[in-house]
Amino acid sequence: MTAVLSTQGLIARYGDFQALYGVDTELHQGEAVALIGANGAGKSTFLRSIMGLLPVARDMVRLDGEPVGGTATDRMVQKGVAIVPEGRRLFTGMSVEDNLRVAIDQAARIGAKGGWTLPRVHQLFPILKEKARTQVQSLSGGQQQMVAIGRALLCQPRVLLCDEISLGLAPKVIREIYAALPEIRATGTAVIVVEQDVGLAQSASDRLYCMLEGRVTLTGRSADVTREQIGKAYFGAGHGVV
Amino acid sequence: MEWFDALVQGILLGGMYAQYALGMALMFGVMRIVNISHGDLVILLSLIGISMATAWGLGPLPVLIVLVPLAVLMGWVLQKAVLNKVVGSDPLPSLIATFGLSIALQNLMLQIWSANSRSLPGHGLESQSIEIGGIYIGLLPVIVLVVATALTWGLDLTLKRTRFGRALRAASADVEAAAMTGINPRAVYAMATAAAVGILGFAAVFQSLRSTVAPADGPAQLIYAFEAVIIGGMGAVWGAFLGSMVLGISQAIGFRIDPGFGVLAGHIVFLIVLATRPQGLFGKATT
Ligand SMILES: Nc1ncnc2c1ncn2[C@@H]1O[C@H](COP(=O)(O)OP(=O)(O)O)[C@@H](O)[C@H]1O
Ligand SMILES: [Mg+2]
Repeated sequence: MTAVLSTQGLIARYGDFQALYGVDTELHQGEAVALIGANGAGKSTFLRSIMGLLPVARDMVRLDGEPVGGTATDRMVQKGVAIVPEGRRLFTGMSVEDNLRVAIDQAARIGAKGGWTLPRVHQLFPILKEKARTQVQSLSGGQQQMVAIGRALLCQPRVLLCDEISLGLAPKVIREIYAALPEIRATGTAVIVVEQDVGLAQSASDRLYCMLEGRVTLTGRSADVTREQIGKAYFGAGHGVV
Repeated sequence: MEWFDALVQGILLGGMYAQYALGMALMFGVMRIVNISHGDLVILLSLIGISMATAWGLGPLPVLIVLVPLAVLMGWVLQKAVLNKVVGSDPLPSLIATFGLSIALQNLMLQIWSANSRSLPGHGLESQSIEIGGIYIGLLPVIVLVVATALTWGLDLTLKRTRFGRALRAASADVEAAAMTGINPRAVYAMATAAAVGILGFAAVFQSLRSTVAPADGPAQLIYAFEAVIIGGMGAVWGAFLGSMVLGISQAIGFRIDPGFGVLAGHIVFLIVLATRPQGLFGKATT
């Protein structure tokens, strides 16, 4: 079975600084994969490279086996890859509903098919219906994250990339947001979650990758990898596990 | 009565400035581009309109009907061929590009039309007046004001209610996030500039009806548009409209004080606003 999304020898740079050193990954249909690693490991860079937000070589990223590396971001969305970006990046000055509508508009423009509609997003996060007319900048962090997820879903993705969706949120809100994951996966959408909380990452995923300084240092079934393995992969071989 | 008359004249003049300012506010709001060639585009369109009117004996309305689509096309090409290559987080490249374009357009117009002043024959429209509450008001300025109001209202509604408008606002808020939502920023930018220059098609017809135009007149028109946008608050549609009114009224009142003081009064109000309220009278502070 070919992977929905895969990377082979993915290299990314910010000017002279190399952030990724040949990252190999695979994501299968309906699968949830967690990507963990310390701050600055290159997790966001990895997601941004897939989305065409950084220049990468064509055959470093494949979608259904087809090389798509370096494709323009809006074209990647059309091809069925959506992202919940780090820091949420909502459209300030626009209402919750208008933020979501932007995604609906574009999906309609390109004739994207998928099951996500405004009512379904409201079902997933009922508060978004209540706050439909509120400007996004006056929402709480958790509510903003829900808008960001809803907006990505309304792009009708087959692959959803989530960058630290729990960052800065209260445990109760984190649970609420992660509770949406099974429903998203039930539609056949494959998910990559970048997550700082290792326990949460393990419980929310089928498999995981751990990154360190731009390289994958561990990969395995989330249920099988041990704390020791993760500790080593997270901090490097030279560091003991505490 | 004299001051009330000045107020009315100011508002009517503001209607003309609003037709310049809308497009500038739109381009700045969406792309952070200050289009230095804005005034030259008005003049270019005016001269094209005048030439069409003379060659084919067209009245103002047929000229308008031909000129506006032409302006839309010009804006679209301008963005696709030039501005999309220089737009970005750094405002300097687009400033230099539009400055160069301004000079090039002025020289081109001088070659084609020579330095003579011309105007669009209004077939009597420019001299008609209507009486409202004891004051006689020129029909043309009233039409200018009505059109300016309709354009502002239409643009505002487009931004708020349509797919294109939402895409514009999204790209304006965060262009990278807009791309992550499936928007092609360059396509949206091309439509924004097409709309902005399309509005200048209206401005061109009215400008050349109410006064004469010559190839070197562009920069002066640019200044009025720029001042109106700054006074109103960068990037807001109704802000640009109200800023135009403030500019027009300032000039008209200044003119009543002393005919030589009119334009200067506008500049002074602009400077006072810039110094005391840089976000504009109707803009939100960005902190
Ligand atoms: N815009 C940028 N310019 C230069 N370096 C960057 C930029 N963004 C990230 N980096 C660097 O790339 C590395 C990986 O960053 P990032 O992908 O954001 O890590 P993570 O998401 O895992 O915390 C870090 O060393 C970071 O400093
Ligand atoms: Mg990150």
